[in-house]
Amino acid sequence: MDTISSKPDYNDEIVKLFTIATIFWGIVGFTVGVFIALQLAFPALNFGEYLTFGRLRPLHTSAVIFAFGGNALFATSYFSVQRTCRTRLWSDGWSLFTFWGYQFFIVLAAIGYVTGVTQAKEYAEPEWYADLWLTIVWVTYLVVFLMTLKGRKEPHIYVGNWFFLAFIVTVAVLHLANNVAIPVSLFGTKSYPLWGGVQSAMIQWWYGHNAVGFFLTAGFLGIMYYFVPKRAQRPIYSYRLSILHFWSLIFIYIWAGPHHLQYTSLPDWAQTLGATFSVMLWMPSWGGMINGMMTLSGAWHKLREDPVLRFMIISLAFYGMSTFEGPLMAIKTVNALSHYTDWTIGHVHSGALGWVAFISFGAIYHMVPILWKKEGLYSLKLVNMHLWIATTGIVLYIASMWASGIMQGLMWRSYDEMGFLNYSFVETVMAMHPFYVIRALGGLLFLIGGLIMVYNLVKTVKGDIVTLKTPGRETVNA
Amino acid sequence: MLKHHVKLEKNSILLLIFIVITISVGGIIQILPLFRTETTIEPVKGIRPYSPLELAGYKIYLREGCYNCHSQQIRPLRDEVERYGHYSLAAESMYDYPFQWGSKRTGPDLARVGGKYSDEWHVQHLTRPQDLVPESIMPSYKHLAHRGADLEDIAEDMKALRIIGVPYSDEMIANAKLDAYAQAADESDLHEGLEARYPKANFRNFDRKVTTTEMDALVSYLQLLGTMAELKDYHPAPATGGSK
Repeated sequence: MDTISSKPDYNDEIVKLFTIATIFWGIVGFTVGVFIALQLAFPALNFGEYLTFGRLRPLHTSAVIFAFGGNALFATSYFSVQRTCRTRLWSDGWSLFTFWGYQFFIVLAAIGYVTGVTQAKEYAEPEWYADLWLTIVWVTYLVVFLMTLKGRKEPHIYVGNWFFLAFIVTVAVLHLANNVAIPVSLFGTKSYPLWGGVQSAMIQWWYGHNAVGFFLTAGFLGIMYYFVPKRAQRPIYSYRLSILHFWSLIFIYIWAGPHHLQYTSLPDWAQTLGATFSVMLWMPSWGGMINGMMTLSGAWHKLREDPVLRFMIISLAFYGMSTFEGPLMAIKTVNALSHYTDWTIGHVHSGALGWVAFISFGAIYHMVPILWKKEGLYSLKLVNMHLWIATTGIVLYIASMWASGIMQGLMWRSYDEMGFLNYSFVETVMAMHPFYVIRALGGLLFLIGGLIMVYNLVKTVKGDIVTLKTPGRETVNA
Repeated sequence: MLKHHVKLEKNSILLLIFIVITISVGGIIQILPLFRTETTIEPVKGIRPYSPLELAGYKIYLREGCYNCHSQQIRPLRDEVERYGHYSLAAESMYDYPFQWGSKRTGPDLARVGGKYSDEWHVQHLTRPQDLVPESIMPSYKHLAHRGADLEDIAEDMKALRIIGVPYSDEMIANAKLDAYAQAADESDLHEGLEARYPKANFRNFDRKVTTTEMDALVSYLQLLGTMAELKDYHPAPATGGSK
C-alpha cells in the first residue's frame, strides 16, 4: 500500500511522447498559419494546386486545434490524472496506442487536406475513413482515462479530471453525430453526410462551437485546474465555484452553436435560443477565470518571480477577454456586423493563441523538467522573452483583425447620399491589405516565441542530468 | 448541494453518466425539431437535385475549399439583398450534402452568382483572377482547365445521395454519365431529356474546349447557384406568434 510519502511509479514515458508531439505540431501549425496569413496579404504565394489557401487553411486549423491542442491535452491529462489519482496510468500498451493512433490520424487527415480529400465541414474536414480511425483512438483514450480514475488511490476525483472527462466524452459524442456519412465506395475517399442543408448547418455548428467549448475550453480548463494551483502552490480558490461553474459551463455551452447561424435560413427560434445561451455562457466562463486567477490570492508576488506562472495567468486573462467578446458577438445586432468578417478570426485567435496556447506553454514549461528529471528549466529569461514576444504578436493579431473586420463590415453596409452602396466588394478587400500584413507580422512573432521555447526546452533536456534527489521533490521544486 | 456532489466525486461512472445527460439536453432540444421539415424548410418552387455535371462541379467546389472564403447565404439585411439579391431560403440548400453556407467572406457571397457573369468570365477568372480583378487575392485554379472531369462514376455518387434522401430517379441514375457529357456540349440529342430531368440546367460547352474538363463542371455549378428558386412565386409565410 502506498503512503503519501512514497511516489507511485508514474508512466511518464507516454507523457514525454505527447509533449514532444505537442511542440512539433505546434511549430508546424503556427508556420502554416503564418504562411496562409501571408497568402491573404500576397496572393502570389498560392502555389499550384496543392498549396492554395483553400487547401491549407484546414491544414492550419487542424494542425493547431487537433494536432497541437490535442497532443497538449493528451500530455497534460495523462500527466495530471496520474498525479491527482496517485496511480499509474492504466495500461501502458493502450496508452501507447492512443499516441501512435492519434499521430496516424493527424497524418491521414493532413494528407487528405492537401490532396483535396475533405468533407468540407469546418473543423470536421477529415473523410469517413479517418473519422472511423479517430473514433477507435478516442474511445481508447476514454477507456484509459476512465480506468485510471477507477484505479485511483485518492477518495475524490479531482476537479481537473471532471473537466478532462467531460471534454473526452463530449468530443466523442460530437464527433460521432457530426460525421455520420455514407461512403460512395468502400475503396474511395468520398462520402456524403447523412444530413444536408439546414440540418447539416445546425449539426455542424453544434459540433463546431462545442469543439471550441469542450476541446478548447473544458479540456484546457482541466489543464488550468491542475497546473495553476500546482505552480502557485496554493489550493484552488473555491471548491464551491468549481462545482457551480463546471456543471453550468457544460450544460450551457452545448446550446450556443446557432450563434454561428444568425440571420441565416435556420429557423429563428433556434437562432434566438443560441444567442440567449451564448450570453448566459459569459457567467460560467468567468467563473473559471476567477477561480484560476484568485488561486493566486495571497501569492501574487509569485507572478513577479515565475514567468511560467505568468504564462498561465495571462492565458486566463485572455480567456476572460474572449469569453466576454464571444457573448457580445452572439447578440444579433452585433453579429449582423461581425459575421463573415475578420472580427471572428480575431476573436478565435485571442482564444486560441492567448488562452489555449499560453496555458499549454505554461504546462509544458512546468512538465518538461519533471519528465526529463532536471532541476529546472535551462533559462527562465528565455521563458520571459517567449512570453512577451508572443504576447506582442497576439496583440498585433487581434487588434489588426478588429480593425479590419469592423471596417469591412461597415464598408459593406455603407450607403452614399443617393442611397447606393458606397463600395464594391473588391474595394473592401483592398482596404484590408495593411491589416493582413500586420496580422502576418503578429503571427510571425508568435511563431518566433514558439521557436525560442523549442530552443529552451532542448537545452533543458540536454543539460546536466540532475536526477531528482527525493521522490516527490517535484511538488516542492517545480 | 455539496453534500450530494460528493457522490459524483467518488464514482467515476456516475460522474460520466451525469456529464452525458447534462450535455445532451441542449443538442436534443435544438436539433431534433429541425427534422420536422415542414416547419424547417418552406417549400419553394423550382428546387431540384443537381444534375450529374453540376454535382461534379459541387464536388470540385468542396475539394478546393471554396467555402473557406465564400459564403452561400444571403442574410435578410438591406445591404446584402441589394448587393447579392434575394435573401437565401432554406429550400435552396436542401440538396447540399453538406451545406455550403460558409462562415467567412474573404471573397463575396456566391449564393446567387449564377447568371451574373458569362462563362468566359468565370473561366478566365478561375484561371487567373487578377486578370479580371487586379486587386483580387483569390488563388489561381488553372489546373481545372487541364483535367478531365471525373464523370465516369458520377452515378455512384447519385446512388449514395439517393440512399440519404435526395430524390434521384432510376432514370436519372441510368442516364447520369450521358447527361453529364451532354450538358457540357453545345449541341446534343440528349438535351431534351436532360432539360426534362433537370429544369433550368445550363447546357453548353462552358470552357470552349473539346474535352469535358473540371472547369466545365465547376462553371456549370456556379452558373446554377441561386437560379433554381422561382422567387417571383415565393411569398413568405406570415410570421406567427408576434408582430412583424
